[in-house]
Amino acid sequence: MTRRPTGKLDLDPTTVRHARSLARKAGRPIVTMAKKHTTVAVERATLRLAGLEGADPDGTPWVNRLLDVVRADVGLEHGVALPVWDALLRGEADDLATLAQKASAGSVRFRLPEGRDAARATAGSRRQVAGGLRRIDTRRQERDRLIRRFGDAPRKPWIYLIVATGDIYEDIPQAQQAAREGADVIAVIRSTGQSLLDYVPEGATREGFAGTYATQENFRLMRAALDESSKELGRYVRLTNYASGLCMPEIAALAGMERLDMMLNDSMYGILFRDINPVRTFVDQRFSRQVHARAGIIINTGEDNYLTTADAVEAAHTVSTSQLLNEYFGKEAGLEDWQLGLGHAFEIDPEVPDSFRMELAHALLARELFPDAPLKWMPPTRHMTGDVFRGHLLDGFFNLAGALTGQGILLVGMMTEAVVTPWLSDRDLALQNVRYVMNAAGNLHEDFRPAPDGFIANRARQVLAETIELLDRIVTDTDAAGDPPLLAAIADGTFGLMKRPAGGGRGLDGVAKKSGAYYNPATELLEEKK
Amino acid sequence: MSATTESRPAEGRIVRPYGDTTGDGMVQLSFTLPIPHSKVAEGAAAQLANKMGMDPALVVHAKPMGPDFTFFVVYGRVHHLVDTSKVEVVERDYPLLTPKEVNAAVKRALRRRLTIVGACIGTDAHTVGIDAILNIKGFAGEKGLEYYRELKVVNLGAQVSVPQLVERARTEKADAVLVSQVVTQRDAHLLNTREMSAAFRESYPSDRRPLLIVGGPRFDESAATDLGVDRVFGRGTTPGEVASYLVHRLAPQPDTQPDAQPERKAS
Repeated sequence: MTRRPTGKLDLDPTTVRHARSLARKAGRPIVTMAKKHTTVAVERATLRLAGLEGADPDGTPWVNRLLDVVRADVGLEHGVALPVWDALLRGEADDLATLAQKASAGSVRFRLPEGRDAARATAGSRRQVAGGLRRIDTRRQERDRLIRRFGDAPRKPWIYLIVATGDIYEDIPQAQQAAREGADVIAVIRSTGQSLLDYVPEGATREGFAGTYATQENFRLMRAALDESSKELGRYVRLTNYASGLCMPEIAALAGMERLDMMLNDSMYGILFRDINPVRTFVDQRFSRQVHARAGIIINTGEDNYLTTADAVEAAHTVSTSQLLNEYFGKEAGLEDWQLGLGHAFEIDPEVPDSFRMELAHALLARELFPDAPLKWMPPTRHMTGDVFRGHLLDGFFNLAGALTGQGILLVGMMTEAVVTPWLSDRDLALQNVRYVMNAAGNLHEDFRPAPDGFIANRARQVLAETIELLDRIVTDTDAAGDPPLLAAIADGTFGLMKRPAGGGRGLDGVAKKSGAYYNPATELLEEKK
Repeated sequence: MSATTESRPAEGRIVRPYGDTTGDGMVQLSFTLPIPHSKVAEGAAAQLANKMGMDPALVVHAKPMGPDFTFFVVYGRVHHLVDTSKVEVVERDYPLLTPKEVNAAVKRALRRRLTIVGACIGTDAHTVGIDAILNIKGFAGEKGLEYYRELKVVNLGAQVSVPQLVERARTEKADAVLVSQVVTQRDAHLLNTREMSAAFRESYPSDRRPLLIVGGPRFDESAATDLGVDRVFGRGTTPGEVASYLVHRLAPQPDTQPDAQPERKAS
């Protein structure tokens, strides 16, 4: 990859390095903490990688049933692998599925094996989980092959469209139609509230609230449908879902095994906006990103959310701060630059003077801070009023800012945002808007050089300075419990105005400090690869 | 909710749409028909506009959207008259406030934060409703009540028993209790709600009881009295509406009259 000769903003490289080193300083103690803990979701993801699928007649997944029994017998702190593969080696059952059924019927007792038994359980679990990772590797190669065969998206930014009917069998024709109309990426919005479920629903689902449940079968159905569309259209159409909420690691594993291409996966979104426990989130997040790294999945981070709660001018630096943290956590977990779809959004109040110049400054700052990342550019939502004509114009300016600042992934804005779920005609008009701007001004970035000490360059430098100030505050934050500074900062309400103490939030009871005997074959294998 | 009919002076009561001349009756319309673009399709669009009362109807734009659909823009004249004296407006019986106004009102009236305890009661595990109202993520483009600085939100989540809920409401000194019910099998939502309201009546003196609010997609908004609660919210209720209602009941403002404000769009 060739470096752009000099940035358009002429950012001081020392300042940029300083910002990154502060992000590293804030992030590193969190990684240390994450390494010392496991969660129910990480252990269930391990069972899924080992091939345990399906659910009992009540719809509770077997991975949940099995883990619950193991946890009741020996605790969570040693991990699920040793007790489970010890039981298999003792001949309690022939396979994981049978073991899960017997365990939930109460006819298996688990123990923590020691000595040679432990060594055998280690080897057995490692062999079986390696099978799941091989499946992920195969899927990744398959993606590369299909991109070679069908061709890739014809241009940047990739055009990203959403479907969200709640019914996977309605989503499929809509997604295929959206692809025909020009979408390079299809995102299937999840049902409201799925992020707070501590299990992954099973099977093809037809009833969701404002979205469709993320399930392995829904992933498989949609990917197969988009493979058909890719063939028809002569370009590979990517599929996106959400690795967030309480089941982040499991969803990541399922996404890898079903060849999803991009996943929404933010380091702090669940903490701030879903009140999920911070420790749970960081542990789950690290594992899920290791899986994404392995699967060749591009993550999309959720910085746009900060701007829907806080003012987009005042809070611009929280976006850059979060991007730097997401980059640090992402790379630590093995993701490469091309996999970091760092998010940001066009959310400045259009009544503010020079709002477009500020949008350009913020978007360009993200572009120059992360020159090799495919930035995810999110359309206006907050100032879409129901005046669809004005909204259409605002979306045009959003598209223009995207073209001028070299965004990688453009979520198509709908003029009916906040009015109705997009109609067929809304989507068509929105895509015409994108096409017009890209056709008319797609290469304008070649001519676009903000004046060195002009409004845009100064604004970008100001946001970067505020970012460094905020990071400085974060790395020196403390709390009574002696938590890592970033946790203390999150507890103070530093981000998105939400106070989220390390000991609060959902899913904390699913976190355990690892014992000396802890073993997880998935983590071991994923980290070997690095 | 109460329906009010406002009376206005007779002159200016009768109106028709305005294009560029008083009384021209001009309107614009856009829609999609599920047929391929052709002369026939354009004729079909004109026919629809005619049937809707546009005469003459001018199909100014027709564009194929894929092989099976056509999008139209139609301009034309309508002959309908609107009598503004016959317009019925369903008013909210409380004004809709912005988060800033809610915070200011609570601060002024209570001089402390207003505490809300929320839960899904019974076996109902669908936290969609309560989360849409309480979580900062919110619903329909509005932030949830957690976002409001002056509201303290305790969300107990799913499958909370009625005694647990009462207990927690007491320890938190709740000003309001929000309960969400999605599952309606065998009228579970109604039974659970009655059980809940009875339990609160039993364990609180009537003047100290927290405000009881229940919500869910299948509730009848006029059933509050029957269910023993203060307010029922139905499908599509937004956090802002709930927050505004809380202020209306618990932090009333001396200078605002409940019915003074016309309905504002809540999108």
